[in-house]
Amino acid sequence: MWIATRELKSMTEIGLQHYLTLGAIIFTIGVIGIFLNRKNLIVILMSIELLLLAVNINLVSFSIFLNDLSGQIFTFFILTVAAAEAAIGLAIIVIYYRNSGTIRVENIDSLKG
Amino acid sequence: MIAHSIFFYFFSLITIVSAIMVTVSKNTVHSVFFLILGFISVSCLFIMIGAEFLGMVMLIVYVGAVAVLFLFVVMMLNVAQQGNEIFQNSRYTHLPVGLIIGLIIFFELIIVVSGWKYKPDIISSNSINFDSNLTNTHSIGMVLYTEYIHLFQLSGMILLVAMVGAIVLTFKKRSGIKRQSYIEQISREKISGVSLVNVDSYKGVKIDD
Repeated sequence: MWIATRELKSMTEIGLQHYLTLGAIIFTIGVIGIFLNRKNLIVILMSIELLLLAVNINLVSFSIFLNDLSGQIFTFFILTVAAAEAAIGLAIIVIYYRNSGTIRVENIDSLKG
Repeated sequence: MIAHSIFFYFFSLITIVSAIMVTVSKNTVHSVFFLILGFISVSCLFIMIGAEFLGMVMLIVYVGAVAVLFLFVVMMLNVAQQGNEIFQNSRYTHLPVGLIIGLIIFFELIIVVSGWKYKPDIISSNSINFDSNLTNTHSIGMVLYTEYIHLFQLSGMILLVAMVGAIVLTFKKRSGIKRQSYIEQISREKISGVSLVNVDSYKGVKIDD
């Protein structure tokens, strides 16, 4: 909490911008991972987890640097939703694999028409 | 301050490298392990800037539950070897579009982050939620069970629905297995189970079933 009282400008002093930039980088990696993935549906779910992680970093850093706990509470609820989403997504992947025998992204085209 | 910045760059470098490895690694099991590494370093970052409770909860939830769930599914489905083949596949056409969109998103975020001028009183403004005398966990508990109690219980309902949904989705009815059927047991009547027979003397009972 003691960081929040300072003016943070230089490279060696870590401020809000550094954390936001880290969140932006991880978010971008997650988006690119979703786009580039062609082989495995599970890796797409992991990329979604990376996106949620980036959002969590942003919320927590804002919460710390602005002295407001609401961001951390919101991160708590995002954790809940992320766990639920992972469980449901993995269940869907399991039944898809049971029905069709593959979870390769390029083979999942039954809605293509 | 120097130590703080050194640790920040260390952990964030590990996080970024492991995030990249999650997306490009050929083996799915390696992807899960790099995901675990990234989550651990991000929770170290959280602990470092003062959100200790969330750092620990992230360790428990992500590393202890979600990543293990991913590992289980990867093991069960036998897809560990069919990982990413982004750069080998010649039919692959999404690479330029994905890179362009990802870089556009990145630069938009960077413009927002760096071009934002904060109000001078925004940092010094005292929020009602924040008290420097309490620990992080204590102050989260003070607001989580009072102001946010409805959202808290609603998140519990979300977890319940997710649990029921996952069980219902993956439940498989197998034929040829004797199962206990509660509804049949409860709805069994006296007529179908017991029959009263008037027995004649010296003739016995003929049981025909």
